[in-house]
Amino acid sequence: MRVAGIDIGSRYIKFVLAEEGCIIAAEKRETGHDPLNTCRDLIDRTAPAAPERIVATGYGRYLMEVHRDIPTITEIKAVARGAKAVFAACRTVVDIGGQDTKVISLDDKGMVTGFEMNDRCAAGTGKFLEIMARSLGYSIDEFGTSCKSRINKMSNAIKINSMCTVFAESEVVGLIAKGIARNEIATAIHDSITGRVMSLIRRIGADDDIIFAGGCARNVCLAAMLSDRLQRPVHISETPEMLAAYGAALYAAV
Amino acid sequence: MAKDYTQMWSGIGLNLKAHEGLLAVLGDAYKNIYLAQKNRPKGMDYFDFVISEVHGLRIEEIVEAKNSGKKVIGTFCVYVPEELVLAVNGVCIGLCAGADVGADEAEKYVPRNTCALIKAFLGFKLAGLCPYVELTDLIVGETTCDGKKKAYEIFDEITNKVYVMELPNKKGDDGRRMWRNEIKRFADKLQELTGNKITLEKLSEASKIVNAKRKALQRLSALRAADPSPISGLDALLINQVSFYDDPIRFTAKTNELCDELEARIKAGTGVTEKGSPRVLISGSPMAIPNWKLHAIIEGSGATVVGEESCVGERNFRTLMDENFASVEQGIDKLSERTLTVDCACFTPNTERLDNIKEMVKRLDADGVIHYALQFCTPYMMEAFKVKKVVDAMEVPFLRIETDYSMEDMGQLTTRVAAFLEMIQTRVNA
Repeated sequence: MRVAGIDIGSRYIKFVLAEEGCIIAAEKRETGHDPLNTCRDLIDRTAPAAPERIVATGYGRYLMEVHRDIPTITEIKAVARGAKAVFAACRTVVDIGGQDTKVISLDDKGMVTGFEMNDRCAAGTGKFLEIMARSLGYSIDEFGTSCKSRINKMSNAIKINSMCTVFAESEVVGLIAKGIARNEIATAIHDSITGRVMSLIRRIGADDDIIFAGGCARNVCLAAMLSDRLQRPVHISETPEMLAAYGAALYAAV
Repeated sequence: MAKDYTQMWSGIGLNLKAHEGLLAVLGDAYKNIYLAQKNRPKGMDYFDFVISEVHGLRIEEIVEAKNSGKKVIGTFCVYVPEELVLAVNGVCIGLCAGADVGADEAEKYVPRNTCALIKAFLGFKLAGLCPYVELTDLIVGETTCDGKKKAYEIFDEITNKVYVMELPNKKGDDGRRMWRNEIKRFADKLQELTGNKITLEKLSEASKIVNAKRKALQRLSALRAADPSPISGLDALLINQVSFYDDPIRFTAKTNELCDELEARIKAGTGVTEKGSPRVLISGSPMAIPNWKLHAIIEGSGATVVGEESCVGERNFRTLMDENFASVEQGIDKLSERTLTVDCACFTPNTERLDNIKEMVKRLDADGVIHYALQFCTPYMMEAFKVKKVVDAMEVPFLRIETDYSMEDMGQLTTRVAAFLEMIQTRVNA
């Protein structure tokens, strides 16, 4: 059966078309100001091979429920399913998306047994990373690579203390004004996000295998720092931002 | 509201324009959250009416009571004994503190990082929106947390009516003695304020009235153990909120009438949700009227809230006052004993609360516990860790939420609650 999952996130809408559990098409678009239209377009473009069933997830999932009568699940359930499908041994998912950071525990059957989420603000999320990259003049793609080589060279390094996006930005501005190299500041930013995620992980505990999901898993520096602090590998799929949409598609198949 | 109360409000000193705005918002919220519910018991009509007249008819009644020489005592906490207020023929009113109102005004006096409840009681007064606070002759504070303690100093500067009861931090012998003295001092204060003497007969009668109210609320709580629950958590929460400002005798009669109906519903298998829907116990900070946020999210996601381990809930009515006393002094002993059975997180240690949570999870057959703390409500935020341990040990799913009255985190909270309910359902199905 041909099925689809659509994950309406705060920054991007992810769409996965699957058949017999395998992804046959995947697409990502900016959420923008008219997510409903974007979703419609993503779904309509699959014609004539339209999916028989669709499940929606993500922050904007109710849009689909209300306007298209599409069933919904939370992104927590969805990403757990997607991660489990890609990594059979998955017991923990660390998902850093646009405005949420989640740490999810799974049992050996892949069922969610607990989760922690960041509180209300953008601290330690993708949006935070984006804003910080911008204030240092990096593109989001080069932000992580800019400082990966500096990990473990932090002995006398600077620190970003504030986790509030607004305050951290002014901290960054202050450091720039002091003449500190931007890749050094970038390292400190990544380190502070990692610290924030680690505190969520500590609350819930992390069993192996740990899967790093969400768009931020593409950031090589974050991935390396996380693995470093956890002192064990974190696994990242080829398209980590698609795991929730994929998980939703798998639920559409049942 | 059936009548035009403008003149009354203006006489009380409300800010008419802002007040009109508040009533409009409140009316809309009530329509969307309450009246939109399905399968409500008929007995909720009374409470709908009470809410529709929250600043109308009830205020008129209180004005009349005042005109007949009665004094109005405003309170914020279940440690303040209502019995004493009734024993001096007073009217006891739990004051408005449950909406994001007048925060800008409140922040002129208190830090931004103050709990929403404190900001709200200051805000309601400063913005001229609460007719109850304007009608009070005495406002009784209590030293239950640092925020409230200091806020009452400010509140006294603004109103000149605040009287603070000192609650101990521990329930040892010294603490009990001190609290007993505080109750006695409060009794003296009330006698002085009203000119009415607290007699054995009056105190006896008052303890019967308040116990009857508690029994009605206990009865309501017990009926929520049925599956499906005969009443929504939202409606039960509302009844608990109304219990703080309605006339106690009428309230008790109406709540008992409703409970009769609920018993019949249980017999007929009528509920507010399908049998087997997830059942959630809420534990933590009080939800003052009109704070319906978390209940609305949970029940909007298909679950039923079956209990509130909260001051606006079980803590308010779990224990009765021993009516067996032969003198006023003995009555004051009994009063202070009962109030100290209340298991607020402001006490250390507070192990009774953990036992009570266990008892409620079992009795109400809860599938999950959501710990609710108002942001910056340190005692409950801290105690959440102990609660989690106890609930984990029962192998019942647990979710901790910290929030306030604003709507900005609705999306996040909805996701959290929905994921929690998915987790519960997977367990139930497994």
